Amino acid sequence: MTRSERINKVISYFVLTGLIIVMTFPFFWMVLSSLKPFREIYRPYLFPKNPTLDNYKQILSSSLFPRWFLNSVLVALSTTFSVLFFDSLVGYTIAKYRFPGRNIIFIFILSTLMIPTEMLIIPWYIMSSRLGWIDSYWGIMFPGMITAFGIFLMRQFMETIPDDLLDAARIDGVSEFGIFYRIALPLVKPALASLAILNFIGNWNAFLWPLIVSSKPRMYTLPVGLAYFSSENMMHWELIMTGATISTIPLIIVFFIFQKQIIRGIMLSGLKG
Amino acid sequence: MKLRQKKILTAYLFLLVPLTFFAFIRFYPMVSAFYISFTDWNIISPVKNFVGFSNYVKIFQDQVFRVSLLNTLKYVLYGVPSVIILSLSLALLLNNITKFQGFYRLVYVMPYITPLVATSWVWRWMYQKPPTGVINNFLNFLGLPARSFLMSTTEALPSIVATTVWIEVGYCVIIFLAGLQSIPKEYLEAAKVDGANRRQLLFRITIPLLNPVIVFLSVMEMIMFLRIFTQVYNMSDQGSGGPLNSTKPLVLYIYQKAFKSFDMGTATAATVILFLIILAITVIQLKVLNRKVQY
Repeated sequence: MTRSERINKVISYFVLTGLIIVMTFPFFWMVLSSLKPFREIYRPYLFPKNPTLDNYKQILSSSLFPRWFLNSVLVALSTTFSVLFFDSLVGYTIAKYRFPGRNIIFIFILSTLMIPTEMLIIPWYIMSSRLGWIDSYWGIMFPGMITAFGIFLMRQFMETIPDDLLDAARIDGVSEFGIFYRIALPLVKPALASLAILNFIGNWNAFLWPLIVSSKPRMYTLPVGLAYFSSENMMHWELIMTGATISTIPLIIVFFIFQKQIIRGIMLSGLKG
Repeated sequence: MKLRQKKILTAYLFLLVPLTFFAFIRFYPMVSAFYISFTDWNIISPVKNFVGFSNYVKIFQDQVFRVSLLNTLKYVLYGVPSVIILSLSLALLLNNITKFQGFYRLVYVMPYITPLVATSWVWRWMYQKPPTGVINNFLNFLGLPARSFLMSTTEALPSIVATTVWIEVGYCVIIFLAGLQSIPKEYLEAAKVDGANRRQLLFRITIPLLNPVIVFLSVMEMIMFLRIFTQVYNMSDQGSGGPLNSTKPLVLYIYQKAFKSFDMGTATAATVILFLIILAITVIQLKVLNRKVQY
């Protein structure tokens, strides 16, 4: 290694480490603020003098946060399972079956990626109020039950499965659905994992549509609940930061467990172009 | 022959539910949005009168719409170059190092997966006036004057952009880094042998080869900033897009028109405008990316 390369490396480490402080400070500040009692929250020091979990006790016992948490878990898990099943089924069908209209159907599905959600929310809202989907879990979930991006992704992975393998199963008398479910699906597990985790995060964080489709606080998801709770308790930043911590912690845990899948998922999303 | 028919039938059977979904949840609502934008419908009255382009004329005469369109352009103009330049520089630095690369990448992407609503409130808390706002305290510590950030009509929008840049950088770093690592080492080695210096390597080899990634990410970020909503809703007073509409983007205007004034006709007309802008950008991107690049 030359001298200039070594200097370059040292500078890189230096800048990258400095930036870690910028990137992580808001998280520390959020948690530290949530541990401060009310009388300390407007004080300018970083660490709480008398750290307390009272804010957490208060939020968990006398607000709707537990309910919102439950709503979010339910919505994020259900949509993720639906997306995994249907996206891979469609991806598999388009990759592995020859039938009239295959290309047109694929193009039709992909072209829906061009429509911004914002254009659909008003018709969705009208549809939901006619069909009685307002303030229901189905109402929050239905727009995300199948995704065009996931279909695109799964089709690419399904194409790598050799046809011989599927035909061998066919000869052995496995049903068509069985071939998909028991042979093809296990072979694309890594892609499924990335799709699952990205979908879960996306649904956990979704804001605009859940905000519109739920009018009763009991039906809010965590982000909508947090926004509502925060604007109702504008003076109590210690409670707002507690709520923010509660809605962030599960994701940070998921993030550290599934970091590989998340990074790969983000890279795969770059394929879209 | 029999097997072939059975397979075709199976394919249609597998596609039945998903195609119904795309037809009713994606395609039909899109057509219906176009239709509503030509009517004077407010959700309460049962009548929809066809009014031609008058909603479009009306929104362009609406001062608030023009302000929010302008604000949206500002978000894009301030945000996209900042995200791209910052994340490209970071990716280049990360590409220099060998140890802990994964760790740095992991830390940088954390803001991207955090719930936007939580992030917005944490930053709103950090942007407070002294002595409670931690950023202002830091500025004081450096001997710099305090700023009003979200309370000021001129500083609020750039403050929201700064938060958004903090969120988006990690995502772009990952994609840039993947792009950098796919550049064949031989190209750089060959140029070095020919006596190219670091700057020439960067501007003559690395960046031109990275061009498709830069275009792709710029488009993604442009679309993201065009659709900005959650941050503004949560960082402005009562989700108003204030102070004095200075941070209100297009989507917040749409939200207020549709769900506060129930003026569905004008709101959908505004969504059609947003759709057309995004469509134009996507088409331009495809044109640029399909052009043969000569190195």
